[in-house]
Amino acid sequence: MTVTQKILARRAEVDKVEAGDIITAAVDLALTNDIMGAQTFAEFEKIGRPAVFDKNKVVLVPDHFCPANDMKSAELAKKLREFARKYQIAHYFEIGRMGIEHALLPDSGLIAPGDLIVGADSHTCTYGALNAFATGVGLTDLGAALATGRAWLKVPAAIGVELCGSLPRYVRGKDVVLALIGRIGVDGARYKSLEYSGSGVARLTMADRFTIANMAIEAGAKNGIFPCDSVTEAYLEGRAQRACRPETADADAFYEKRVAINLSLLEPVVACPHLPENVKPAKELSGVAIDQAVIGSCTNGRLDDLAQAAEILKGRKINKKVRAIVIPATQEIYSQAMALGYLRTFVDAGAAVSTPTCGPCFGGHMGILAAGERAVSTTNRNFKGRMGAADSEIYLAGPYVAAASAVTGRITDPAEIAGA
Amino acid sequence: MRKKAGNVWRYGHHVDTDVIIPARYLNIADHHELAEHAMEDIDADFAKQARTGDYIVAGKNFGCGSSREHAPLVLKVRGVPAVIADSFARIFYRNAINIGLPAMEIGEEVEKIEDGDTLEVDAAKGEIKITNKNITIATKPLPGFIQEITKAGGLINYVKGKN
Repeated sequence: MTVTQKILARRAEVDKVEAGDIITAAVDLALTNDIMGAQTFAEFEKIGRPAVFDKNKVVLVPDHFCPANDMKSAELAKKLREFARKYQIAHYFEIGRMGIEHALLPDSGLIAPGDLIVGADSHTCTYGALNAFATGVGLTDLGAALATGRAWLKVPAAIGVELCGSLPRYVRGKDVVLALIGRIGVDGARYKSLEYSGSGVARLTMADRFTIANMAIEAGAKNGIFPCDSVTEAYLEGRAQRACRPETADADAFYEKRVAINLSLLEPVVACPHLPENVKPAKELSGVAIDQAVIGSCTNGRLDDLAQAAEILKGRKINKKVRAIVIPATQEIYSQAMALGYLRTFVDAGAAVSTPTCGPCFGGHMGILAAGERAVSTTNRNFKGRMGAADSEIYLAGPYVAAASAVTGRITDPAEIAGA
Repeated sequence: MRKKAGNVWRYGHHVDTDVIIPARYLNIADHHELAEHAMEDIDADFAKQARTGDYIVAGKNFGCGSSREHAPLVLKVRGVPAVIADSFARIFYRNAINIGLPAMEIGEEVEKIEDGDTLEVDAAKGEIKITNKNITIATKPLPGFIQEITKAGGLINYVKGKN
């Protein structure tokens, strides 16, 4: 069995599973947010249980339309708050103490290797960075999971992604995952697990791994998963609130397909509108002028990401034609970025710095694009109209490229300005 | 405004959840009000013109992207009896099952169905008749467990039945 299959078998309490089996498995954590919450709870209440399956295994995070941008959003967030109180949910994170869910949960120690996690958000797959099986589901699934503590799942076949080498300067997790999606396409891993292995894994930071696992869904995957190694253990040290049950693939595990990526050969890349598979080297797009740069989101709003942006923006100014928006992913990251002087660097460069929110990534608030505008963004999707007007354009990139582009006003390979 | 002879609204590959229902509307709680925005970023006519009983037919990877169940929901609310595609993105597919919207995956045979065709669909049997062309497409039956959910009228009723 693959890593994913072993976790699924254990949580379904069976000895063996095969790709295509439909199982019901016990969940270690169920997550929902302000967009999905109200309707999740309505479905949960239809089932008629007096309590959630385990109040310590439910996480509620107001992060999408938060802080509320209008009365409708305020009502949705209120429903989350009320449900948290009514059912005494242990992990409810209020504005001011919260963060973007997929950065917040791992950082809060709520994810442990070997866990099975379902979340009413497609980027729940981020937790695969910690050797957990984590996948996005809809609100009906989540409502049922809140009641029963179980989820029905089809066991996925696997694609093995073998990483070797080490990342060159200015190349990070976002470039790895965009390179992969560029190769296999947005449906290249549809219904499958993406399982990472190889000597290159050890050279990736946790931030790189979170970014890579986060975008498994952008290749259509059910989940993406990394091995648990010393980098994982160092991250979990003093953080993990639950026992770790790391899994490794059996020696004879079957992989439907294998993809090899030599990290040493990668370069800073950008996904062009309107699909994450439209990947090109950043340096080939230097004629593309931008109106906005967004640095943040569940993909790239971690401290490492802000450090990369700060490295580029230190002593430089944002181009006068560009609006740069920086959003630390959690309150803790915000605080650390403040202590390390990154926030001052951003403000001095002329960027807007926001409290944690998913806002601009999904066209919610805090950075909506007007008709005909173009953004370079460290978020995860560049679908048509995702960030605003239907004819606006989103170019996806890592923090180095986004920050360099904010300085020049056009898509820029960081190496181009770094020596200047 | 496009004039439709039949009841098929035909779309291409990778129709994502952001165009099925843009996230900017996800703070609308009323499903009928939300459904007024279905497909609007790629087809302004759909929400205005589609009649109850019209089908959505698309290429590969329909519903890629977000886990938002609002996507199959607005199509169901808008009166779409089934979505037919070459293939579906995983989360959209299970969301459709969970809310009782038939999602029929028929591979490349989908190319036989064009904008404005008229269909007769038996989702339980897995049969699609293109009546204006006299073509019948047969699909694989749904797996047993999924049929049980569908029979119960969706996942919540299924779970309730197990109480």
